[in-house]
Amino acid sequence: MKRRKFDLASVPGKAAKGVDERYQVATPLRGLLNKVFPDHWSFLLGEIALFSFIVLLLSGVFLTLFFDPSMKEVAYDGSYTALRGTEMSAAYESSLHLSFEVRGGLFMRQMHHWAALLFMAAIVVHMARVFFTGAFRKPREANWAIGIALFLLGFLAGFTGYSLPDDGLSGTGLRIASAIMLSIPVVGTWLSASIFGGEFPGELIIGRFYIAHVLLIPGGLLALISVHLGLVFAQKHTQWPGPGRTNSNVVGERMFPRYALKQGGFFMTVFGVIALLAGLFQINPIWLFGPYRASEVSSGSQPDWYVMFMDGLVRLMPAWQIDLPIGDGYVIPPLFWPAVVGLGALTTVPMFYPWIEARRLKDTRSHHLLQRPRDAPERTGLGAMAFTFFIVATLSGGNDVIADKFHISLNAMTWAGRIGMVILPPLAYYLAVRICLGLQQHDREVLAHGVETGIIKRLPDGRFVEVHQPLSPVDDHGHPLPLDYAGWVVPKKMNRLGALAPAVKGFFFPVEKPVEAPVSPAVPPLASREDREEITSGR
Amino acid sequence: MTVTKNDQHGAGTEPVDLSDPRLSRFEIVREGARRDDIEIVTYESQFPTPNSKAEKRIERTIALMFLLAGLLGLVFLAAYIFWPWEFELGHARSDYYTPILGISLGLALLAIGFAILTWAKKLLPHEVSIQDRHEGRSTDEDRQITGQTLLFTVDELGIQRRPLLKGAIALGLAPIGLVAAAPLVGGLIKNPHKPDRGQDPPMFRTGFDPVANQGRPVRLTHEDGTPIRPEDISVGGQITVFPGVPHGATNEYADSPTLLIQLRADDAAVARKASEEDERNKGAMWGNYVAFSKICTHAGCPASLYEQQTNRLLCPCHQSQFLITENARPIFGPASRRLPMLPITVDDEGYFVAASDYRETVGPDFWERP
Repeated sequence: MKRRKFDLASVPGKAAKGVDERYQVATPLRGLLNKVFPDHWSFLLGEIALFSFIVLLLSGVFLTLFFDPSMKEVAYDGSYTALRGTEMSAAYESSLHLSFEVRGGLFMRQMHHWAALLFMAAIVVHMARVFFTGAFRKPREANWAIGIALFLLGFLAGFTGYSLPDDGLSGTGLRIASAIMLSIPVVGTWLSASIFGGEFPGELIIGRFYIAHVLLIPGGLLALISVHLGLVFAQKHTQWPGPGRTNSNVVGERMFPRYALKQGGFFMTVFGVIALLAGLFQINPIWLFGPYRASEVSSGSQPDWYVMFMDGLVRLMPAWQIDLPIGDGYVIPPLFWPAVVGLGALTTVPMFYPWIEARRLKDTRSHHLLQRPRDAPERTGLGAMAFTFFIVATLSGGNDVIADKFHISLNAMTWAGRIGMVILPPLAYYLAVRICLGLQQHDREVLAHGVETGIIKRLPDGRFVEVHQPLSPVDDHGHPLPLDYAGWVVPKKMNRLGALAPAVKGFFFPVEKPVEAPVSPAVPPLASREDREEITSGR
Repeated sequence: MTVTKNDQHGAGTEPVDLSDPRLSRFEIVREGARRDDIEIVTYESQFPTPNSKAEKRIERTIALMFLLAGLLGLVFLAAYIFWPWEFELGHARSDYYTPILGISLGLALLAIGFAILTWAKKLLPHEVSIQDRHEGRSTDEDRQITGQTLLFTVDELGIQRRPLLKGAIALGLAPIGLVAAAPLVGGLIKNPHKPDRGQDPPMFRTGFDPVANQGRPVRLTHEDGTPIRPEDISVGGQITVFPGVPHGATNEYADSPTLLIQLRADDAAVARKASEEDERNKGAMWGNYVAFSKICTHAGCPASLYEQQTNRLLCPCHQSQFLITENARPIFGPASRRLPMLPITVDDEGYFVAASDYRETVGPDFWERP
């Protein structure tokens, strides 16, 4: 019998047909491959958070293979001689073991920590982008709220993770967390006793935080991230205004071939940066802090950066204790206001901002075109105010270090923070609004008069004026026709209008002849050099 | 493949007959895009001619980056396997283990990332596509149909018409909801006021409570459990002391760490006057010695930085400051309550003991603090 020839080239086609017969994927897949994404560097900030999260999941799984979430007391007998014989919890001992006796364990631990720091940073910067460009407006209000919830979940994930090694710093953090729970009126002691399983620190908290850190919170994060991305996908990404871009289209690149490839490259880049950070920059050297002892702490104890704003608010809070003379008398400690009310308000009130702004502006339309920060001065001012507050609070979270390094009185730093957080935000609001209006005004001026050429002309009567290159055609009298303000970039330099030839490509030597040099897609095609005339003071 | 936009939105908007064998692959792709309401406005090579010098050069660059990634990957593997990694105290070659892993892996990943990015940005044709957003609402008809379908379901169930069912559902399902919540929450709840083995709840006592020590006063000890004589502390000096009970210096007694200070004679006079005038702190000093809780009344950190010259105690967590000579009253920072004072005396053998437990509640403040 003759053997049928095996046709290797037809295998993928046959397989694809088989898949489609079973799952009917061709039509939806076409839509997916074709989906158009607008492109701008500021749309990549959220991606950094997503990619860091992937690194967090991968490195985190590795860490769980070695970590022991137990508070049983053991005597250390590992290779870090400085701590030998010290009584410590099994959690701390296994974290030391992971750092010293697992090949590459310290690298993975530092990768996990750096990825977490980058995750939170990317979330904050991404949130700023979405806020300042108005990307949260209808129909994306819910996704904004989900984003804020993601920050809060990330905050909790970070805090629980920070607490797990049970070293000197994380135990102090837990103690403060317990004090924050205690400060809540009426239920405080019950809450703390229930979470810690009795008096602080008890023997349960590491185990409970562990399951929260490796299952409950990541589960919530994964679910919310899925919804977040799903909504971006379904509602399509916002885009900047510009030529051809309207509220009812998306201008950009199809997902395949170009966009997906760029995302893949970007993921590798983010991963590479995290690996470099993890290898080169020490983070959370737990062996230096020793095991947690309720009686030990040193100055310069700072939490991770995204918790510092809260620590700063707690430091700045004046000692205002509220005594309620009912019955035996009850107290609301000052810690309650910054740590519970403050954190609660800072993470929930912003969720409602899209609806607040829509209501204030009586705006019920859908917006898919972004606004430049200058075109919404009040929103920009509000954002500047919020970030100034956040920065003052964060700096105050390290005010003892600042006081030490710059030889400033510690109490003066506290007072500077107290006064700063009241005075600076309104000042930031005022400055931001003025800068926005000024930038807008400059755009309008260029639209009306044209671009400054740097050419000074002397008029017959002796005055000197600068020649402007109008952006629009001129009327019969030589005056430029007015251009509408479009809320998009206005060219302000002659180079942007093609006054200079595009750069010749090549690093050491030109790879193309200058005349053939490819034209940047952003700039309209130019006449070759010979055709270009010198700009003179003609007219 | 080069397409450029012509003015009347023409390119790619006309349907194409897919059975036409002359169609190029790109034309089929463009037809697919059209069916997804996408207009490929520009799709042009970044190079004027195929196989141009510039294109070759970029190809070489990308290839180089991939090869570099491979090389760095091998460096990573070699270092991972052969570099001495086990920790040694002092300067050792193992100190460089983590940095080498980071540099080789980081640069390898960056090389892959940049290679892919260069490929996408420099080699692939430049593209501008426009897709309809299809934004906004469903049609009125669809809204009507979906709305009526939902209402139909409600009608059929007859909830509106059958008040008995309505009430029964509310009364029947509410407890079931609580049943689901009860074991989840109930198991966690712990009563902080519940007396523990016949003593006060742990929230209101520390390791210095004599009741737990068979009624005998508890000694002040070092961390290793050795008792302390007055001469162990120099004038103006301070030490952290723990209750002299089993595990007294561990986190089992997290509220018990205490600061024992010998004040200078004139400071001690001021402190004695202040404590004698205070109802609760009366008689808590022994000679020139005072003992205050080390657990900050603000957030529970150990307030451990003692400034000998000013007799101030600073908590390094949130910078609350307490004046030791005035009953450890808070003088700066967020703390609003003074540090509780431990009444101390010296037993027959000349060691410090706690005359009684703290007379105020130790630790961070809370709602029902007595």
